[in-house]
Amino acid sequence: MATVLEAVGRRTISELDYVGSLNIQLWATLRAMGSALPLVGNRYRWQAAVRQMLQIGVDALPMVALMAICTGFILAMQGASELRRFGAMHYVIDLVAVGFTRELGPLLTAIAVSGRSGSSFAAEIGTMKVTEELDSLRVMALEPVEFLLAPKYLAALISVPCLSIISNVCGILAGGLFMFFSTRLDPLLYFRYVLDSIVLRDVITGLIKSVAFATIIAHVGCLEGFRVRGGPDSVGRSTTSAVVKSTFLVIVADAVFTAIFYFTVKS
Amino acid sequence: MPIISIRDLVVEYDGRRILDGLSLDIEHGETMVLLGGSGSGKSTLLRQILTLERPKSGSITVKGIDITRCSMTELKAVRHSLGVAFQSAALFNSLSVEDNVALTLREHTKLAPSIIDLVVWMKLAVVGLGDFGKLHPQELSGGMKKRAAVARALALEPEILVLDEPSAGLDPIVAAELDELILLLKEVFQMTVIVVTHELPSAFRIADRIAMLHNGRFISIGTKDEVRTSQNPRVRQFLDRIPEDMTKTSAVAAYFGKYLQTPETHT
Repeated sequence: MATVLEAVGRRTISELDYVGSLNIQLWATLRAMGSALPLVGNRYRWQAAVRQMLQIGVDALPMVALMAICTGFILAMQGASELRRFGAMHYVIDLVAVGFTRELGPLLTAIAVSGRSGSSFAAEIGTMKVTEELDSLRVMALEPVEFLLAPKYLAALISVPCLSIISNVCGILAGGLFMFFSTRLDPLLYFRYVLDSIVLRDVITGLIKSVAFATIIAHVGCLEGFRVRGGPDSVGRSTTSAVVKSTFLVIVADAVFTAIFYFTVKS
Repeated sequence: MPIISIRDLVVEYDGRRILDGLSLDIEHGETMVLLGGSGSGKSTLLRQILTLERPKSGSITVKGIDITRCSMTELKAVRHSLGVAFQSAALFNSLSVEDNVALTLREHTKLAPSIIDLVVWMKLAVVGLGDFGKLHPQELSGGMKKRAAVARALALEPEILVLDEPSAGLDPIVAAELDELILLLKEVFQMTVIVVTHELPSAFRIADRIAMLHNGRFISIGTKDEVRTSQNPRVRQFLDRIPEDMTKTSAVAAYFGKYLQTPETHT
């Protein structure tokens, strides 16, 4: 019994330590963010942020778009198979439009970015740690949080919401294609129904979620890199851990945000 | 007044004492070699001097500032006066050699890009890499990487040059060339040089004074001749390359004891 309690206690302390480290890193990055901003900051940081935006955003675009199109089709088909029985096919439009703007667009994007960029952050920083490049930065009076993390975080904050919007559009387009081929619904009419079914609030809640997901992905990925100990094998472990933890935390955060928005609407 | 003054420095990892009350003064313009075997604590001492780790107790004063207790601003000022070449060179693999050298100039000075290019070329020329600036670190040989790391360390014309195992892993000719380069740099730039090494020929070629470490303590501090003629048994063992009697260590004795004591039973 004592052993079980000891193990639970040790695990709890370890998890609290992780959350504490994430918070400390987040505040340190927010303080250093000014240096990555255009015009007022350091131009090399801004250039690094732009390079990161291309990697996080532009390079992920085909993957995110394809995932959104497939998921749009799946959602429309699954919805239609049930709603057809009740003669409520037009609700498929609401299901796809509201489902994507509030939920699926940001979530799919976050999962894709977590797999691509979260792992890449962990591998890059982990490798730099193993090869003493982080120590080298420190002795050059360059703080790794400002030099590495701030541009990555700024890039994620801009890229992930943009990708989410593109994901929403692709998912809704896929729903429109399904409706056209299954019910011969005029595409223009479909988009009028889509605009009727979603409100600005849906788009804003989706974007708020995207910003939160970007924060989780950037910080978990970088923290896993900073926590690398030992040799190249631990870089591999930290990469895996970055994807697993950020995906898990994204889904938890999504549940929390959805609950908050749900109860806010009811009240 | 010494440029670096270490007083009663104690470092512990997980309760294990690594450095045990070290005191050492390093004077302006001298080359101090920290000599010692593997695990003697010389790299740990170096990390303390570079403030990459904090000691359990004691102080390290660099140019009159106690770096174990100073503010971040003071620490940055101290780091600007340090140039460091790590054992692994720790060049940034994503940057070309010239960008590696230019990094601190871009970050810490307001020099025009054309002037930075000129300074970078001069620093690379000093170490014999004037024609290799466009290459990336992975395209360089081991000796060239070390020289590129020295060029980067020299970028801001530091008062103190710190070299961690500069000749480790190099063939004797390249190692000797690097020794001559260190002597040349000291003569030209009049800088204080700290070299961590376990290579005896290199240590006795470049040192003004040698501090020899064993089990986290200094067992000899003095000029080359004083160390060379030392009668301390550990110093003599190191200088005369006398191996430990492996069979006297308990782990080895336990494993090989039966073979070493009763060889006839296994014939």
